[in-house]
Amino acid sequence: MSVVDRQEWDVVVVGAGGAGLRAAIEARERGARTAVICKSLFGKAHTVMAEGGIAAAMANANPHDNWQVHFRDTMRGGKFLNQWRMAELHAQEAPQRVWELETWGALFDRTKEGKISQRNFGGHEYPRLAHVGDRTGLELIRTLQQKIVSLQQEDKKETGDYESRLKVFQECTVTRILKDGSRVSGVFAYERETGRFFVLEAPAVVIATGGIGKSFKVTSNSWEYTGDGHALALLAGAPLLNMEFVQFHPTGMVWPPSVKGILVTESVRGDGGVLRNSEGKRFMFDYVPDVFKEKYAESEEEGDRWYEDPDNNRRPPELLPRDEVARAINAEVKAGRGSPHGGVFLDVSTRMPAEVIRRRLPSMYHQFKELADVDITAEAMEVGPTCHYVMGGIAVDSDSAAARGVPGLFAAGEVAGGMHGSNRLGGNSLSDLLVFGRRAGWHAAEYATGLTGARPPVDDVQVDTAAAEALRPFSAEGPAPGEDDGRPPENPYTLHQELQQTMNDLVGIIRREGEMEQALEKLADLRVRARRAGVEGHRQFNPGWHLALDLRNMLLVSECVARAALERTESRGGHTREDFGAMDRKWRNINLLCRLTDPTGGLAATDPVRGQIELTRETTEPIRADLLALFDKEELVKYLAEEELYE
Amino acid sequence: MATGTEPHLNSGGVRTGTRAAIDAPHLRTDRWWLAPAATAAGLLAFIVYSTLRAFANADYYSAPYVSPFYSPCLAENCKNMPSGPNADLFGSWWAISPAIIILIFPLGFRLTCYYYRKAYYRGFWASPPACAVAEPHKKYTGETRFPLILQNIHRYFFYAAILVAGVLTYDTVLSFRDTDENWGHMGLGTVVFLINIVLIWTYTISCHSCRHIVGGKLKHFSKHPVRYKAWQFVGKLNARHMLLAWASLVSVALADFYVYLLASGVFDDPRFF
Amino acid sequence: MSSYKARFKVWRGDVKGGGLKDFEVEVNDGEVVLDIIHRLQATQAPDLAVRWNCKAGKCGSCSAEINGRPRLMCMTRMSVFTPQETVTVTPLRAFPVVRDLVTDVGFNYQKAREVPAFVPPADLGPGEYRMMQEDVDRSQEFRKCIECFLCQDVCHVVRDHEENKPAYAGPRFLMRAAELDMHPLDAAAETGLDRKKTAQDDHGLGYCNITKCCTEVCPEGIRITDNALIPLKERAVDRKYDPLVWLGSKIRRRSAAD
Repeated sequence: MSVVDRQEWDVVVVGAGGAGLRAAIEARERGARTAVICKSLFGKAHTVMAEGGIAAAMANANPHDNWQVHFRDTMRGGKFLNQWRMAELHAQEAPQRVWELETWGALFDRTKEGKISQRNFGGHEYPRLAHVGDRTGLELIRTLQQKIVSLQQEDKKETGDYESRLKVFQECTVTRILKDGSRVSGVFAYERETGRFFVLEAPAVVIATGGIGKSFKVTSNSWEYTGDGHALALLAGAPLLNMEFVQFHPTGMVWPPSVKGILVTESVRGDGGVLRNSEGKRFMFDYVPDVFKEKYAESEEEGDRWYEDPDNNRRPPELLPRDEVARAINAEVKAGRGSPHGGVFLDVSTRMPAEVIRRRLPSMYHQFKELADVDITAEAMEVGPTCHYVMGGIAVDSDSAAARGVPGLFAAGEVAGGMHGSNRLGGNSLSDLLVFGRRAGWHAAEYATGLTGARPPVDDVQVDTAAAEALRPFSAEGPAPGEDDGRPPENPYTLHQELQQTMNDLVGIIRREGEMEQALEKLADLRVRARRAGVEGHRQFNPGWHLALDLRNMLLVSECVARAALERTESRGGHTREDFGAMDRKWRNINLLCRLTDPTGGLAATDPVRGQIELTRETTEPIRADLLALFDKEELVKYLAEEELYE
Repeated sequence: MATGTEPHLNSGGVRTGTRAAIDAPHLRTDRWWLAPAATAAGLLAFIVYSTLRAFANADYYSAPYVSPFYSPCLAENCKNMPSGPNADLFGSWWAISPAIIILIFPLGFRLTCYYYRKAYYRGFWASPPACAVAEPHKKYTGETRFPLILQNIHRYFFYAAILVAGVLTYDTVLSFRDTDENWGHMGLGTVVFLINIVLIWTYTISCHSCRHIVGGKLKHFSKHPVRYKAWQFVGKLNARHMLLAWASLVSVALADFYVYLLASGVFDDPRFF
Repeated sequence: MSSYKARFKVWRGDVKGGGLKDFEVEVNDGEVVLDIIHRLQATQAPDLAVRWNCKAGKCGSCSAEINGRPRLMCMTRMSVFTPQETVTVTPLRAFPVVRDLVTDVGFNYQKAREVPAFVPPADLGPGEYRMMQEDVDRSQEFRKCIECFLCQDVCHVVRDHEENKPAYAGPRFLMRAAELDMHPLDAAAETGLDRKKTAQDDHGLGYCNITKCCTEVCPEGIRITDNALIPLKERAVDRKYDPLVWLGSKIRRRSAAD
């Protein structure tokens, strides 16, 4: 079984979305031979779904913008739970990362002076999002993809081989990070097309696998978002940070059922769209929380004026951070003021001429026309919250993106935690990918090329174990060893549906202690059954098998979310507790870390109370004084604990 | 497999060995053959009619109207058209119909036109007959070789077509004279000519080569605002190039037919003033 | 919510052979073909191979041929068929089949590599790019491409003539050449690269006989033929077949910009 194809690389990047590709470009440009592994075809990553734009304080639209303002907005949006150093680096470096894309061929929408146009978005004080209509993510991924191709063309010229220094292994899945002692030694993966196993030996691995949304039923995320990277890191011994914070995007499609959850971009609101309930009321004015009272308009008139004259008016509350809007919609629907299919109305048809709508929101127009038979230039859309993004993720060093405790392991993008605190602002995701993707690639290359002595060897035993684990679904027919009943194998599709339902209902947008305990029990039950998930057919492009393997990851990650959510007894950003409805300043500087209870075990633990995950609390490093000075005292009082204020 | 088939042995196209083993050349269930069949029928009808009329060398002038097929008329054997579009450039050696001399140009323009190419490649050559319907040809080299590489000279025919359209405009102006060459006449024929000339011009201007020449070739529209405007205008017409191609084809045939009816004495031109 | 049983024929097999397999499957209100394929996976054929990703028409993964027409499965609503109609789903027929509905689209990735990349202007640093909206509009239209490869699949030049694959880049990558040639700041010409010529000589522009199937199948509604391929052909004419332009370029070195 250990006859598995092996190749040597310096840096292996897992995931080919924005962060992964940016990391790969950086690593290759710094001289490391770099391999990228992705589950989909090259260029299809979930980043294409990002619509609104890339947040960067370039000050093209409003000259007052700068990185300090962007930093401030990011911290406010994340309710001060952000890893402040990451937020600082992000705000400082984002403009440079956007401009760099232009030198690789990106074509953003332009201002009259020919600069990159920037648009408004929830939580951003100034128009800040570089964009291309409403398909910015596509532009980003295509630009990075084409940059990679151009590097490959250079390599071809020099070495005669496109793939001598930078290779993309598309439609391959990594199931295990291999280690030599505590350090990374490579990855174990299979080719989806053939089912063939292979090992990439590398001293440095960058995880850039994105999010976990496929554990929830209503989600804007694609099938790839099974929390692979989170699980790989956990299994490799690295901790996950603040996994309770899951962002529900306020506006997902609610009808027809087959597209429920698909994203309706925030730019609809940024460009003038308003939310109304079934009574026709712009209800968001009733939901402005105290911490944001001074920053948002109090009347519809003022809100409307803001689009034209942002310097003398305050923004409409439709543009509050996403968590606030999502909760408001949830509350309206619960109060019986929802739309026919259980959402609320998002209307641009009465706000802009049809022509302008089609030009500024082309893919939204297209999406509703094609999928729901709704003409958004003539009628309102129906929207509701959808699971969109996980703020929590692999705990990393702010500057180097290195995962804690596992030398050679790096993480960037959605899979990394900390940057966005308890809630991410729209537009900050794409800039996050670029800023920290680059940093991860840079430090991974530096680590890999700076290693002295022999490269970390790959242990044959680990390879065999990984292969056996991956093959288990094919032999799941009979009772597993040590089990006495002969129940038939479980259908992985059924297990997945049950998991999604559980997370959606019990650890969803509004959380309660009892329900989360229930969820943990259900997860334990699913875990037992998942060990007997069986598949038909053979290894060649077998989606049933792929899902059976992904289930392990989804279950691990779901347990992290549920446990951390149960532990945090307050409401903050993407974590809302019905039984602890308010934000609690005492929790401001508390991070929750998830680790595998027994990293050496075969994930057999089935005790719902103990589970596979253990939580630890950690107090964060105080925010640097010069960064705190960017805020007013009165504002800080609302967020920071007493003792933090006195320092 | 229930309806199993073996992989094809390199018989080419969609039946190439490595492709999904499906015997049918296509699986379309709609009436995909309708469009190419209608195109072919329409073009064929025009070809038959115009060939007959071009070689007829008769019934092409009835003052003040001259058939667009015979304008300008450039041989000695042309009918006398007082101050009309006739100039004896070819002399007396030209024995057959004078229409042939001039028809080369509009014919060449339409033959190399990007829309008509699509129409007859699909309609007559079945290359392809319709989208995702296998074509019958063994080999295909497109427009890479002689003679089809000559399609690239479309723009020269465009220049020529401008001249011809100019002459037809002149003819239309002349149709405001009566049979005694006095201005201030308008008959049904004048209306027919007006409609025809508008369609001829919009078809000619909406040509892809024209779109390229007026502005499409530029890299920076912002440095050439006037040409940018012109390009946008031509672009709008160009989006209707197919429609204009057919409309002008019909109108030119109708204009000729109208003159034929007058010249052969079937009826008299109704006069408005 | 109304629902009915639909008859499906789905191609199953691999490069060794295969055929259309019959299924009866439930269809609900508002569903698309991809939903039905997923239902088949979950209930009747767990190992039915299908490539998909975003399920919102944005990633271009779920390309297939439905009743003989190249389409995205996620953007083909079941309501376009009558309940009595049998819906036939096959893999793309221009590319080698891998398994069931999955084909090997490597041809496209190979062609992508053969188009020379964007050449940044030497004298401009990051942040110094100034481009006018009207100058980027054309290339932006082409950059809407989601690389579903339906145009590559439908183009008869390679669909019906395997032997043309080495010489012909296909609509998607000819459009890429057009995109770069129309990019207001692409400095290829300064480095001696003439994209108009390479489109003709290296990417097989002459094979295209502008029969417009690429435009017909494009799920993004990009006017590939009218806005990319024909303008590119006209640009090639400028370089290769226009004696006036040729003469002009000999007499006075024309600026590469215009």
